[in-house]
Amino acid sequence: MAIPANVETTFLLGRLNWDAIPREPIVLATFAVVAVGGIALLAALTRYRLWGYLWHEWFTSVDHKKIGIMYMVLGLIMFVRGFADAIMMRLQQAMAFNGSEGYLNAHHYDQIFTAHGVIMIFFVAMPFVTGLMNYIVPLQIGARDVSFPFLNNFSFWMTVGGAVIVMASLFVGEFAQTGWLAFPPLSGLSYSPWVGVDYYIWGLQVAGVGTTLSGINLLVTILKMRAPGMTMMRMPVFTWTSFCTNILIVASFPVLTATLVLLTLDRYVGTNFFTNDLGGNSMMYINLIWIWGHPEVYILILPLFGVFSEVTSTFSGKKLFGYTSMVYATVCITILSYVVWLHHFFTMGSGASVNSFFGITTMIISIPTGAKIFNWLFTMYQGRLRFELPLMWTIAFMLTFVVGGMTGVLLAVPPADFVLHNSLFLVAHFHNVIIGGVLFGIFAAINFWWPKAFGYKLDVFWGKVSFWFWVIGFWVAFMPLYILGLMGVTRRMRVFDDPGLQIWFVIAGFGAVLIACGIAAMFIQFGVSIWRRERNRDLTGDPWDGRTLEWATSSPPAAYNFAFTPVVRGLDAWAEIKAHGAARPDAPSLPIHMPRNTGAGVILAALSTVCGMALVWYIWWLAALSFVALVAAAIAHTFNYDRDYHIPADEVQRTEETRSRLLAQGA
Amino acid sequence: MSMTTQDFWQTEPHHHEEGASTNIGFWVYLMSDCLMFAVLFATFGVLHGNYAAGPGPKDLFDLELVAVNTAMLLLSSITYGFAMLAMAQDNRAGTLRWLGITLVFGLCFLGIELYEFRHMIHEGAGPQRSAFLSAFFTLVGTHGLHVTFGSIWLVTLMVQVSKHGLIAANRRRLMCLSLFWHFLDVIWIGVFTLVYLLGMI
Amino acid sequence: MKQRRVVCVKLSDTARRTQGLEDAPIPIAIRFPHDERTQNPMPRLSGPARLAVFAFAAAILSGCKAVVLSPAGDIAERQKDLLLAATGLMLIIIIPVMALTVFFAWKYRASKKAAYNPDWDHSTKFELVIWAAPLLIIICLGALTWVGTHLLDPYRPLDRLSATEEIAGDHEPLEVQVVALDWKWLFIYPEQGVASVNELAVPVNREIEFSLTSSSVMNAFYIPAMAGMIYAMPGMETKLHGVFNNAGSYQGLASHYSGWGFSGMRFKTHATDQAGFEEWLAKAREAGGELSREEYLELEAPSQNVPPRSYAEVDPELFNRVVNLCVEPGKMCMAEMMAIDDRGGLGMEGTVNIQALTHDKHVRRGSGEPVLGKTPFMVSSICTPQDTALMLADLDEEPARRADRTPMRGRALPVPTGIFERLNAPVIRDARTISTPEQKL
Repeated sequence: MAIPANVETTFLLGRLNWDAIPREPIVLATFAVVAVGGIALLAALTRYRLWGYLWHEWFTSVDHKKIGIMYMVLGLIMFVRGFADAIMMRLQQAMAFNGSEGYLNAHHYDQIFTAHGVIMIFFVAMPFVTGLMNYIVPLQIGARDVSFPFLNNFSFWMTVGGAVIVMASLFVGEFAQTGWLAFPPLSGLSYSPWVGVDYYIWGLQVAGVGTTLSGINLLVTILKMRAPGMTMMRMPVFTWTSFCTNILIVASFPVLTATLVLLTLDRYVGTNFFTNDLGGNSMMYINLIWIWGHPEVYILILPLFGVFSEVTSTFSGKKLFGYTSMVYATVCITILSYVVWLHHFFTMGSGASVNSFFGITTMIISIPTGAKIFNWLFTMYQGRLRFELPLMWTIAFMLTFVVGGMTGVLLAVPPADFVLHNSLFLVAHFHNVIIGGVLFGIFAAINFWWPKAFGYKLDVFWGKVSFWFWVIGFWVAFMPLYILGLMGVTRRMRVFDDPGLQIWFVIAGFGAVLIACGIAAMFIQFGVSIWRRERNRDLTGDPWDGRTLEWATSSPPAAYNFAFTPVVRGLDAWAEIKAHGAARPDAPSLPIHMPRNTGAGVILAALSTVCGMALVWYIWWLAALSFVALVAAAIAHTFNYDRDYHIPADEVQRTEETRSRLLAQGA
Repeated sequence: MSMTTQDFWQTEPHHHEEGASTNIGFWVYLMSDCLMFAVLFATFGVLHGNYAAGPGPKDLFDLELVAVNTAMLLLSSITYGFAMLAMAQDNRAGTLRWLGITLVFGLCFLGIELYEFRHMIHEGAGPQRSAFLSAFFTLVGTHGLHVTFGSIWLVTLMVQVSKHGLIAANRRRLMCLSLFWHFLDVIWIGVFTLVYLLGMI
Repeated sequence: MKQRRVVCVKLSDTARRTQGLEDAPIPIAIRFPHDERTQNPMPRLSGPARLAVFAFAAAILSGCKAVVLSPAGDIAERQKDLLLAATGLMLIIIIPVMALTVFFAWKYRASKKAAYNPDWDHSTKFELVIWAAPLLIIICLGALTWVGTHLLDPYRPLDRLSATEEIAGDHEPLEVQVVALDWKWLFIYPEQGVASVNELAVPVNREIEFSLTSSSVMNAFYIPAMAGMIYAMPGMETKLHGVFNNAGSYQGLASHYSGWGFSGMRFKTHATDQAGFEEWLAKAREAGGELSREEYLELEAPSQNVPPRSYAEVDPELFNRVVNLCVEPGKMCMAEMMAIDDRGGLGMEGTVNIQALTHDKHVRRGSGEPVLGKTPFMVSSICTPQDTALMLADLDEEPARRADRTPMRGRALPVPTGIFERLNAPVIRDARTISTPEQKL
């Protein structure tokens, strides 16, 4: 493990040189696989002349639906990377007993657990959640697109840029070895002198810009773009939870940005915010990062609460029980999520009164969350439950999440936290809520909305295979961690000396293998479904007997979503329209005003990524050049006033006639 | 129930106002920016007394200079207001003139701030000397950076207004910059009070 | 962490505490035998057989190996009680929810054609229940939390030695100063004047008062069998009170990731009777070695998997200097710096009162030089060594007053009794003991 001390910097390449390329066999093999796969992909794209198609139809698209799908693809790709990290950790911890060092040295292992956390939160869960909101929210509120379509495209590419920076660290240099929140002083220059933490900082900063802007965008979209008649209390629950999520994004990501700026200054300029000497205070970083970090938890889970609400109600064939209390519960959680951050570090010694205050506020959050669970339960009550995949995931979520919620409240009791903090019990807890809540929710959503996005349902057999592998694999992988936590085993350990623990790590490793099978089955499910798409074709646009407006349009929806803007006259607008038999107007079509695609987002984000990479490696000329280019490109973009066009009425007419024909076929 | 398709779908052409979301969108952006400043203010609040046995505010700040500086920024806000009034009267030349004056005041502000920074660093009281100075330079510097980018934006808009006139898109942009510029004023009042005035007590 | 208002020149008559180091015995190399962690208790078996044996053994042993659930000290015991009580309370609602989920899913499946009521979406009665039930549980849990958090605050001196043994009013705690180093633990016994690395020995049934700090990065100190963990942070001092009720050898560990050598930052805690403790001290004194400031600076350098060792003598100022980040010669102590800052700093003279770092932890893991800033420097002390010594001695604080078991007298609600108490009687020892009538408000 070569960390070059006092690297010579050159003008041209900064501190980048041949020694920066890791030569560990695992990394080299990974690189070989990625390189071969990448070249094959590029060759295939070139061979089939897909570059133009991708560029014009996808990369430069400002269509919220395409951007939503691209977010989901990004999340899936990064999920594979994050899961590979997880498997490597499980293997290391299952091996490193009886004097064995395992197969990973500290330098490598410490990067892996840091990367796993960073990737899974920022580049898997966040793109999934953002992608879902992007795709669904405008459709649910009966809008043509988001408020700022170009910004949407730019936000996506900034997220990609952040992911590129983080992935680059695998093959050039190193990633942070600090844990996913990079607490100083460990993340300071003195203790992490090389590029790892810089990769972390710039990766998150570039992606963070995207996240904040997309939060602003969706927030304004929900405020301003709702269909006529859709008052706040008639918004679908998913839209409500998205609304609260985006409030949280806008009101917490700037804190992350600012905190990382301070850490950057400490590392680059030598300021003293979080250093030990000269008046700095590292406890301040931990407070600030968790003031962002706790709302982040709810940013991830709230939209999925919305998904579960939609799914439960749809597949129970019933109105959602307690819509109003669901909305208030969501708002309560949103507000309360700002007054609990200290529960992440009870053990810092804040004193009993402060600790109990934050412990009790944390417990209070479980009240609205509990109310939500009951609401889903009573939605099922006297319903007619169709056990399609989305509902299966939802029930798995309810059975899994309550356990995670319970252990979470346990950890909120400070004296209990004193014995369980930083233990594998904690690790098991947050995987229990993130996998059981966020991921199961994502899978429910993918199975639920896939037919909307592509016009055919997902294969049920492989979906069920994936489901059972995932659910059983989850319990097998994480129950041992709860037990290990109760044995006093701390997280992030690389080697162990108590041989009695090994069996539990082996079981957990086996669970991870089961999950791997679940992931594989999921990809097979996608493949099989695409392959046999005609078999599961849905012509109606409403395969599940849906209740909200996204089911009112064709699958996949036309670029303009709705030929005529729907008028909302109650909750569950689409169910109401269907009840009145008013499904489709046959009025003459009108020209539709739409935003024009632009490559500006790709260019700006690419320049930001280059700038970030240059700053990581101290290549100052490149950093300055790309920054100036970034500003210039942004200004140039504002000189383009020609940003929209009209879809002519006859084209709309043709599209709508095709839909009528398909509908008639389906009927 | 006698509701029909007409009750559930808007089949009449309706005018969707161009850029209707821009104003509120920009407000939300400003609030998120405000949170960044909130973090910097909080950081300054925590670290403001940690001089690391180095110089404190009384040794470093020249309140008269800062007062002049504040006046520059406040005046620039007023002149921006005049630019907006001219815009309301469809007076392109007037708008451009007042924007130009605003720019001059903004640049004066930046010049004075840079002079102050240079002076302090020259004296050995740079951001590295103590946590107090780190927080000071970061908070005030971030504000200055905002003014810098505001000025670049101002120039861009002047070019665009002179090129395309006071069209709707340009009016919207002028409105946004106006919000931004006044927002920076409000932040500066916080900086002036909390950093300079309280520091000198 | 509290701010000191002392400046070197103002200190006068604070007597420096004697540490009884004068009669340190002649050093003889001795070390505690390396204990069971190096031995492999399992006979060598191969592959699946070994796995099966492991599984069987683990299944049987898991009950007694879950140290958090079967600790050896009163604080950890009470933390466990609270953990179990909270779990029990929550299961009241979790179990019905899980059962109802399965039951509803089964009962209302489409193929069964049970009662179907598609428009039923509101019931005030149900709404009341679904908000009130969690609320009531959280109220109970909140009360437990408030009481438990105050009683088991790591800063709070013990209010009893064990469930059966009260603590005497004049009970003197054993003081142990703990420094988290990269990557090993340093324990200083200020009264006994000895120190050890990666090995802790304490007498049973005696309160132990830990003062903790770190030399470099954040860490956490955790002996699961004794009490919960607390962070050890550079430039700060945290406290932890604990006691062992059962003799034995227990695992202690770093429970906050601190860098490469973190996994090896483990130590054995030997809880013995007083005689055993005396014996350990004697061995440490015989083993020799002096932990001076110079020696500490060498010890502080990063090292991994450090075997236990001891020091017969310790610089009595050492811990305070570590906390104040001024072990290095000539460096200004934090206490001095804070006192100066309280008076508005040193003025422009302060800008020249700096010197290059000769020895510093910053250069230990590579270059600490910020690419866009100046070479790191340190602030020179302006106190004479005598003044600094006086100031550091003055920092030794009075031990905190031992409070009675009422955690919230005059401030908060009385401890709940009645149904609540009966419900939880088997597990909640805390709530019962503190709710005697005369302690109620």
